[in-house]
Amino acid sequence: MAPTQEELERRRIVRVEAERVLDVTSTDFPGHYPGEDHAWDLGEFRKRSKVQLHKANDLDYEFDLIGVDASVANAFRRILIAEVPTLAIETVFVHNNTSIVQDEVLAQRLGLVPLRGDKKGFQHLRWRKKNTEEPAAEATDFNTVVMALKVACTRNHAAPPTETDPSKLYFNSSVYARDIKFTPQGRQPHWFAGAGEIRAVNPDILLAKLRPGQEIDLEMHCVLGIGQDHAKFSPVATASYRLLPSIKIKQPITGEDAEKFVGCFPSGVAEVQTDKRTGEKKAVVVNPRKDTVSREVLRHDEFKGKVELGRVRDHFIFSVESTGMYNSDELFLQAVQILKKKCIDFQEKLLES
Amino acid sequence: MQREGYVPPTAGGVARPPVYGDTPRQTAMKYLCADCGKSVTLNKGDPIRCKECGFRILYKERTKRMVQFEAR
Repeated sequence: MAPTQEELERRRIVRVEAERVLDVTSTDFPGHYPGEDHAWDLGEFRKRSKVQLHKANDLDYEFDLIGVDASVANAFRRILIAEVPTLAIETVFVHNNTSIVQDEVLAQRLGLVPLRGDKKGFQHLRWRKKNTEEPAAEATDFNTVVMALKVACTRNHAAPPTETDPSKLYFNSSVYARDIKFTPQGRQPHWFAGAGEIRAVNPDILLAKLRPGQEIDLEMHCVLGIGQDHAKFSPVATASYRLLPSIKIKQPITGEDAEKFVGCFPSGVAEVQTDKRTGEKKAVVVNPRKDTVSREVLRHDEFKGKVELGRVRDHFIFSVESTGMYNSDELFLQAVQILKKKCIDFQEKLLES
Repeated sequence: MQREGYVPPTAGGVARPPVYGDTPRQTAMKYLCADCGKSVTLNKGDPIRCKECGFRILYKERTKRMVQFEAR
């Protein structure tokens, strides 16, 4: 016996009550409903799953991932954070550092600076293995990018004697990420030419402050890495999802209550509509997407039994915020590629045994 | 009791057999004055004193040798 459309819709909702959350787990697996076949089917999955784009900036991307299980959405999120490779400063060779920032603190700061460059050029780069006797442990133009930072602070004699601003009183009183200079090795001048040269994504990151006589002179080796190893390799500032809120009005909310109902939600979620013939005010839900599920409506007795809050279990509002090496949309595609590769590897292992 | 190999300097400048390390090397060293911050070049035997301001505390300069750190 096939379930009704209404029943199917009900199964998609995670119920949110004033002090508890119900129907959290998904039930679309074989054996849960007697007489229903919920075996996973590619055709069915194709029919149900959807991707809708909502916000597409270079570094900020929001889209809806509909009709997939939480495990899949979560896999994408985790891969984005921890398994998409990026370039970051890994070793710092300090020749001289007389600034007040200690060498190890400065090195750690440098490591966290997000880098960018020609995206095609990055395809030439390979992993650099650590602590191995293999030739891969050696630094070559295929696995290491060399950057240099050489800044010395001097007094600006042209500054008026009444000047108190250090940036006018001295030259190089602040060291910024833009002072990190790419030193191409081997074939790298071809891979990262012109505007594609490797540089800091945000040139205005303050690294250290200097005073006359102090100087920083160091060389840095950047390698590819993944977020699992260190957060500096993570390509996203954050990748997260939330479930689409659902607000169902069971009985019409009219008159004074309608105004109050609308006030219970963030602006844009619900609005009061006036019937043209009768002039009666009625509350309607316009955009549940904007809701924060604060459950404010459930605190008021006049809405008791009239409204049901929830979230749609298989509707993920995914947000990917890139740190700048790749654009957000490319990042998600890379995450899909990585998951795909993992599945293929797993399949091969299964077939072997 | 005197330690073996140590020859105390004699005030009269009496000739003594040459000892290893006696040969005059490049002894000029750069220091930084703790008071005025100027660079002070001192030779062996010079009084430890800033030539600009006469302050008696001097700092050694940081090593020019490369130091390696992990950016973690």
